[in-house]
Amino acid sequence: MSKKSFRQAINEALAQEMRRDPTVIVMGEDNAGGMGAPGEDDAWGGVLGVTKGLMPEFGRERVLDTPISESAFIGAAVGAAATGLRPVAELMFVDFLGVCFDQIFNQAGKFKYMFGGKAVTPVVIRTMYGAGFRAASQHSQCLYPIFTHIPGLKVVIPSSPYEAKGLMIQAIRDDDPVIFLEHKVMYDDEEEVPDEPYTIPFGEANLTREGEDVTIVAFGRMVNFSNEVADKLAKDGISCTVVDPRTTSPLDTDTILECVEETGRLVVVDEASPRCNMATDISALVAQEAFGALKAPIKMVTPPHTPVPFSPQLEDLYIPSPEKIEAAVRAVAGE
Amino acid sequence: MQLSREDLLKAYRDMRTIREFEDRVHDEFAKGGIPGFVHLYAGEEASGVGVCMNLDDRDKIASTHRGHGHCIAKGCDAKGMMKEIYGKRDGLCGGKGGSMHIADLSRGMMGANGIVGGGPPLVCGAALSAQTLKTGGVAVAFVGDGGSNQGTTLESYNLARVWNLPVVFVVEDNGYAETTASAWSVGGSQKKRAEAFGMPGLEVDGHDFFAVYEAARQATEWARGGDGPSLIHVKLDRHYGHFEGDAMTYRAEGEVEKLRAESDALNIFRAKVCQAHLLEANQLDEIDAEVKTLIDEAVAESEAAPPPGEKDLLTDVYVSY
Amino acid sequence: MTNIHPIVMPKWGLAMAEGTVVEWHTGEGGEVAKGGDLLDIETTKITNAVESAHNGLLRRQVAAEGATLPVGALLAVMAEPEVSEAEIDAFIAAFNETFEAEAAAAEEAGTGDPEPETIDADGTAINLLRMGDSEGPPIVLIHGFGGDLNNWMFNQPMLAERHRVYALDLPGHGRSAKDVGAGDLASLSATLLSTLDALEIESAHLAGHSLGGAIALQAALDRPEQVASLTLVASAGLGPDIDMDYIEGFVRAGRRKEMKQVLQALFADPGLVSRDMVEELLKYKRLDGVERALTAIAGTVFAEGRQANVLGHRLHELDTPAQVIWGAEDRIIPAAHAKETPATVKAHILEGAGHMVHMEKAGEVNALIEEIVAR
Repeated sequence: MSKKSFRQAINEALAQEMRRDPTVIVMGEDNAGGMGAPGEDDAWGGVLGVTKGLMPEFGRERVLDTPISESAFIGAAVGAAATGLRPVAELMFVDFLGVCFDQIFNQAGKFKYMFGGKAVTPVVIRTMYGAGFRAASQHSQCLYPIFTHIPGLKVVIPSSPYEAKGLMIQAIRDDDPVIFLEHKVMYDDEEEVPDEPYTIPFGEANLTREGEDVTIVAFGRMVNFSNEVADKLAKDGISCTVVDPRTTSPLDTDTILECVEETGRLVVVDEASPRCNMATDISALVAQEAFGALKAPIKMVTPPHTPVPFSPQLEDLYIPSPEKIEAAVRAVAGE
Repeated sequence: MQLSREDLLKAYRDMRTIREFEDRVHDEFAKGGIPGFVHLYAGEEASGVGVCMNLDDRDKIASTHRGHGHCIAKGCDAKGMMKEIYGKRDGLCGGKGGSMHIADLSRGMMGANGIVGGGPPLVCGAALSAQTLKTGGVAVAFVGDGGSNQGTTLESYNLARVWNLPVVFVVEDNGYAETTASAWSVGGSQKKRAEAFGMPGLEVDGHDFFAVYEAARQATEWARGGDGPSLIHVKLDRHYGHFEGDAMTYRAEGEVEKLRAESDALNIFRAKVCQAHLLEANQLDEIDAEVKTLIDEAVAESEAAPPPGEKDLLTDVYVSY
Repeated sequence: MTNIHPIVMPKWGLAMAEGTVVEWHTGEGGEVAKGGDLLDIETTKITNAVESAHNGLLRRQVAAEGATLPVGALLAVMAEPEVSEAEIDAFIAAFNETFEAEAAAAEEAGTGDPEPETIDADGTAINLLRMGDSEGPPIVLIHGFGGDLNNWMFNQPMLAERHRVYALDLPGHGRSAKDVGAGDLASLSATLLSTLDALEIESAHLAGHSLGGAIALQAALDRPEQVASLTLVASAGLGPDIDMDYIEGFVRAGRRKEMKQVLQALFADPGLVSRDMVEELLKYKRLDGVERALTAIAGTVFAEGRQANVLGHRLHELDTPAQVIWGAEDRIIPAAHAKETPATVKAHILEGAGHMVHMEKAGEVNALIEEIVAR
C-alpha cells in the first residue's frame, strides 16, 4: 500500500494484467512513442504518460504504437478482441470519437446480440475526457452519455486512483466491450492504492459520503467536487449522501433510488452537456420511480449547452464548480 | 494447379449452393416470406469460393452486406443461415442478426456487415490476433467497390502495412455501389491504391474460379510467410439488384441477361473442368440435385421453424450486466 | 500534579487521525469508576466509548460535544477534589502547549505513528504491527476469520502502554501473503510459530479471537514452552458449532449492502457497523487471491458446517495459564462453548457484547488480558 497517482494506478493495473495474462495487449497513438524515430524508445508512454514503461517490459509486440488512424486501430482492437486477444486501446481524447465511432457502436457493441450471443468482445477503450485543461472545444468534452446510450457497451468513469485501478482490472477481465474514461485533470490526484491487483465490480455505486438531507449523484471529477461540498455543508448542518455510480452502464439505479428515498432531495452533477446527459437520465429515473419521496424539485448542475470554450475565464465559468453544486444543494435543502 | 478432384467437387458444390440459396431467397422474398431486406451474391460465387478454398480453420474472414456467399464459402451451415434470414429462433444468430449480420465465429466468419467498410479494421484485428498468438492464420477482408472508397478501408490498408499483418483485402467490384457505377466513383485504380500503400495488388477475372483461386493462393502464401498484406481486385457481376426489390433502372437494357448467358461463373467452371476431363458432367448434375434438395429443405424448415419468443428480446446483449 | 489525569482523544486503528465527541456520559464533578464510560467518540470507522482508566472525579470537560479533535488532544481532566481549579487550568494550558509542540515536531520530522512491517515467516510474508515496549514475553494478538490486525484497534494501543504488543495479519488476510496452502489449523499454527521465531520471541502471551483463538490454542499444544499464557476470545476450536451463514455470507459478499448485513451479525449493537468498516472489508475482499484463501480456510477449518478442530478438552494437557472471554450475545460461535474447557480455565462472559467482544467491551477485555499477563 502506498500513495499512487491516478496515472500510476492505471499504469499499474495495465502492467499487472499484462503480467498475468499474455493475451492482454495495449495499443494507441504514441503509447510507447518514438516508433521508427531516431531518438528515444518509449519516448512518451502515451501523451500524458499513462502507458510509460509498458513497452520496455512487454516489448513492441504487446505495446503497439499506431498511426494516427483511429478507425483502423480501434476497429483492429475490436476485431482482435473477437478473435482471442484482450486489447486495451487508447482513444487519446474522447473527442476523437467522431473518427472511429462506427467500430465501437455498430461493431463492438452489437456483435454479441447480432450474432445470437455467440461472440465475446473483451476490448477496453481507454479515453481522456473532461474540461479544465484549457484544451478548448475539440479536446475537452465528456461524451460519456453517447456511449451510455448504446446497448452492448459498458461505461466506466473512475473518480479516484483507488477506483481507477480496481475498475481498470475489472474492465480488462470483463468479457464485454468497456469504455474507460479518464479525466485529464485528475492524473496527478493521489491516494492510498493497494500494490496487489484487485477488482471493483461494475454496476455498484459507491457512497463516498452518507447523510440524511440531500442526495448528490455525481460522476468522475464531479464526485470530488461533491465530496468537498458535502464536507463543507456538514459543518453548516446540511448532511449529504454523495453517490458515485462508478459506471453509467450498467447503472446502479437501486442505490440511487434508495438514497433518494432516504433523503427526499436530489442534486445530480454532470460535467457532460446538458441535453440527454446522465443528469437528465437520473432525474427522469427518480421522477418516475421515487416521485413520492421527493420533498423538493430535483436540481441538475451541468455546464451550459455550449461547446467547451478556450479562454480560461470562460472555461472556469463553463465547468460545474463546487460553488454551483453548493448553491444547488442549499436550494433543494430549502435555504 | 494443385486442386484435387475432391477440391474441385467441393468448389463446385459451394458455388452451386450459393447460387441455389440466392436464387431461392430471391423467389421467396418476392413471395413475401422473408422480412427486411436482403442483398444477393448470385453471380459472384467464384470470388468467395475461390478465396475461401485457400483458407482453413485458423483463418478469419469479414464480409459485407452482400454476405451470404462468403458465409457458405467459409463453411457456415446453409440451413442455419436460411432460418436466420427468416428471422427464426434456431437461425445461425437466433434471429437477432438477419441477412446483413450473419456470423459464425466458430467457422472464422466474423460477420456480414451492415456498414459499408465496417469489416477491414476488424480483419486487421483478427490478423493481429493471429500474429500475436502465432496461430499461422490469415485474415481476409471482403469489400465491394463501394466499400473500397471508405476511409476505414484505406486506413486499414495503411495499418496492415505498417504492422505487417497477414491480411488479404479482396475488393469485389461488381460495377455498382448501389446505383452508382464504380467506373465513376473510384478514383485511380484498386491495384495502384494497393501499391501506393506498399503492398502487391492483383487483378483477376471474378467469373473465373481458377483465376481467383490462384490469386488468393499467392496472397495467402505471402501473408502466411510473413510478407504482410496484399490486395486482390476481383472484377465480377451481380445477377440481381443492390437489394431485392431494386428495379435496376440504372443498368443497361439486356445487361443482366447477357452476363447470365455469357459470363456465368458456374457455367464457365463446368465447361473448364469437363473439357479438361477433370470432372464428368453427371457428377456436377448430381451435385446440382443434392443442392436443390438441401435448399428446398432449408426453406421448408425455415418456414416451419418457431420465431424467437419474448424472453429472447433481452438476452445476449452482454456476457454479464 | 501526579493526581491529575488527562483524558485524551484515543487512536483506534492506524488510519485514525481525528475523532468527534458525540456525547458525554459523565458530567463535570461526576464520579467515575475505572472502566466506566466517560464519553462516546465517533470516527469514520466506528463509534465507541472512551473508558476511564482510573477511579476518580471528572473535574473538567475540555472538549465540547460535536467537536472534532486530533488524536492525542485533551478531552477532559480527572483529579481529586483537593486539586484547585487554578491547578487544573494550569495543567490544561501546559498540556496543550506540549501537545501542540509535539504535533508540530512530529509533522516536521514526518514521524509519529508506528508503521506495520512485513516479515518473512519461513517463506510466508506476514504483515504485523508492533507497539509499546517491555521486558519479558510480549503480547501477540491474532485476529479471526476475515479480520486483520486493525480488529485490535481498541486493545493494542491500550495494552501497549505497559507492554510490547504485536498484532499480526494471518496468511490470506490483511496485507500478509494471500497463499494459505492447505488453509488448515496445523498450517496456520505453524505460520504463527514461524512468525514468533522470525521475531526471536522465545515466549509470548497469545490472545486470539475466533479462528485466531483456535490457532493460538493449536500453537500452545504444538509448542507449549513458547506460550506464556492464552487468552481465547470468542474462540473457535472449543466446540463444534459455527454460524455457517456468516462464514459463507462473508466469503460471498462482494457488495456493500450484503457486506453490511453480514457484518451486523458480529456485534450486539449492529449500529457499530459503519460505512468505512464495510468499505475497508470490501477493499480487502476485492484483492486477488483473497476469495481463494478464505474459501480454502473455510473449507478445511469449518468443513461441512462444523468446526473441524475441537481442542477445548486438550487444555488440561497444558500448564499454561489460560482464560476464555465471550460476548453473551455472540451469534457466530455460541458462548456456551466457554464451558467446553477444564475448570482451571476461567471463563468470562460479558453482557452486552457479541462476537466482536474485544471491540464492544474493549476495556474489560484489556483488563482481563493485563491480568493474565501479570500473573
